[in-house]
Amino acid sequence: MHFSIQNIIFLLVALAGFGLFAWQASRIRANVLVGRDRDMSGHVNERLWKTLLVAFGQQKMFKRLTPAFLHLIVYVGFIVINIEVIEIMVDGLFGTHRFLQFAGPLYSALTGTNEILGALVVLAVVAFWWRRNANVVKRFTGPEMRAWPKMDANIILYVEVVLMAALFLMNTADLKAYQLQGLDLPGAYPVSQFLTGLLPDSVPMLHVLERVGWWAHIVGILLFLNYLPSSKHFHIIMAFPNVYFSRLIPQGQFSNVDSITHEVKAMMDPSYAVPAPATNPDGSAVAPAPFGAKDVDDLAWTNLLNAYSCTECGRCTSVCPANITGKLLSPRKIIMDTRDRMEEKYNAPLIFSPALYGAEAKHDPQEQLDKENHTLLRGYVTPEELWACTTCNACVEACPVNINPLDSIIEMRRFLVLEESAAPNALNAMFSNIENNGAPWAFSPSDRFNWADDLFVADKAAAV
Amino acid sequence: MAEQTAKRPVSVPVMADLAARGESPEILFWVGCAGAFDDRYKRVTRAFVRILDHVGVNYAVLGKEESCTGDPAKRAGNEFLFQMQAMTNIATLDGYGIKKVVTACPHCFNTIKNEYPALGGEYEVIHHSTFLQQLINEGKVKAEGGESFKGRRITFHDSCYLGRANDIYEAPRAVLEVLDADLVEMKRCKTNGLCCGAGGAQMWKDAEPGNKEVNIERTEEALATLDGAAAVLNNLRGVESNAPAGPGSAKAAGGSVIAVACPFCMTMMADGVKNKEREQDVQVFDLAELIASAEGLNA
Repeated sequence: MHFSIQNIIFLLVALAGFGLFAWQASRIRANVLVGRDRDMSGHVNERLWKTLLVAFGQQKMFKRLTPAFLHLIVYVGFIVINIEVIEIMVDGLFGTHRFLQFAGPLYSALTGTNEILGALVVLAVVAFWWRRNANVVKRFTGPEMRAWPKMDANIILYVEVVLMAALFLMNTADLKAYQLQGLDLPGAYPVSQFLTGLLPDSVPMLHVLERVGWWAHIVGILLFLNYLPSSKHFHIIMAFPNVYFSRLIPQGQFSNVDSITHEVKAMMDPSYAVPAPATNPDGSAVAPAPFGAKDVDDLAWTNLLNAYSCTECGRCTSVCPANITGKLLSPRKIIMDTRDRMEEKYNAPLIFSPALYGAEAKHDPQEQLDKENHTLLRGYVTPEELWACTTCNACVEACPVNINPLDSIIEMRRFLVLEESAAPNALNAMFSNIENNGAPWAFSPSDRFNWADDLFVADKAAAV
Repeated sequence: MAEQTAKRPVSVPVMADLAARGESPEILFWVGCAGAFDDRYKRVTRAFVRILDHVGVNYAVLGKEESCTGDPAKRAGNEFLFQMQAMTNIATLDGYGIKKVVTACPHCFNTIKNEYPALGGEYEVIHHSTFLQQLINEGKVKAEGGESFKGRRITFHDSCYLGRANDIYEAPRAVLEVLDADLVEMKRCKTNGLCCGAGGAQMWKDAEPGNKEVNIERTEEALATLDGAAAVLNNLRGVESNAPAGPGSAKAAGGSVIAVACPFCMTMMADGVKNKEREQDVQVFDLAELIASAEGLNA
């Protein structure tokens, strides 16, 4: 153990990195809790099992094999290589060198696996970069994928390569320094052993390069950690709570609006006692919440959690019947708009510029947007998008992390219909048909049973 | 064959009459608005009732007392109207002490099964695809004595509100299997099924601006599947090997079928087939129609 000023600096850097992230996380938590209450408690075993399958096990990724395979490499690499971060933390704080080496053969297994995964991650990232930038995957395009989302996706890939390069620089320099001194570096280095020729033959230089690689790796990780809240890459954390808190009920079941239930019951039964409205601390009644959602705070907290979990992969949009047939609706955009609006209205992440993030960057045609009333509905998401939805649940089914764009779409439709009476005319006609005739078409209720007239069945028993 | 079979009238039991006699049916057949008013889907209702009558199920319908479940209102965001409809219907159903509901409409099915309980309406709800599967499993329906579908090509179009909404994928396919037809799957099937375009209250409005109607996209896929299968089958039989798939190629085997299990899918797919001018060789049928026809129940 060589305790030195380096350890003090490391402690401060680590504290700053984790502290900054904790502060960012608390601001994001506050944003999510701006949403309306929705009871997602209970069913712990069922939820944990689902989290194990869908989040840890990436079950839904395997609907598409090529990206599933590439993503699995990066995901496993992320998890396994981060075991090394434990070692880096201990080494950094206590001045040890490769503290986990006491594990012997296990340490060789760990370092060996890390090196192979590191190399595979670089290959996977190259494939990802090509898929994203050579225009081979249609779902990476679309109006909402310009500006910041496009830049962000590539930044993530570059950072991953830099982190892997730092890891290999550290290992190769360390390995070569040991070799030049006739020593054996604990661990196995199946990739770095081929890279030693790239580095100088001076032991002091190699020590410096090893330190550069070591510091670049850990500082890179801490910087990346603090980049996450500004990025779609935040899904690596948020996917887990998002899947845990996702719905367990059938996809076809839409939420019930309790306040409306009370009103309808009171209409049908005058003796029905509507619960008294909640009161503020000063005793005054809480203003009734609007029906449906106009802005992010009208959505449920789970809808807002969804927005932070989206990695903008576009599987939802690529299976959306409206989007496939050229309509404006893109479920991914609804989710991205929700996050952007949340960050505009409430706590913004470290990297936030409306020009990069904002509604203008993502919506075509822009003149549809309401610039005066800059709420989620109309300021970001237009009625034309919402009315194109067939509620088919393809987007919900497709999302690898169980985001539910349909839930948010319906909440905004509710606001349009119940608060603004702004349904398309044809739907208003359908509503009045149901009200007047008990059917969505203009038929007389007295004709409802006409289908049974003159009905015969072949009498198979008589024919025998 | 069916043409010589005697026929008898079907008197559809109405719940109010049964209640007046102090009787209660085993199941209530929820007809739905499309089943009651849409000319095309009325044929499905009649086919299903023929099956019920033929197998001697103790059933009843609400008749004129039935009202829209509220599904299109709810999907369109009109929660108020939905709950009015739901509570009215729940009062009717509970008034008759209904326990079990069967319906041929996936939208009615989803709404009564999943959304009525929160408003106090708890019933065992089954879709007619599941019900028909049960009748087949019990040996009550054999799909014999009527029209033969043997060797004809059938592709099943999944209804969103049956499939993804309620995870019912196998029952309709099990029903079709009894027909001994050549069942072919579209690429987008089951969990990946493509909507017909009518769900979420789209049935009652024009589509938003785009470059295609959803039902055309889906019909093109269904036709390509039926045609592609024709080419494949011809290849297997050594006939017209490598013949390109295209309009008319499905005709060779005597007419192909797009099978549906939803009134809205029925309208959309039938419109699509018409738009593609393929009515001559491709027909759209509901499961109940296919079974009633195969069983020789039409009269």
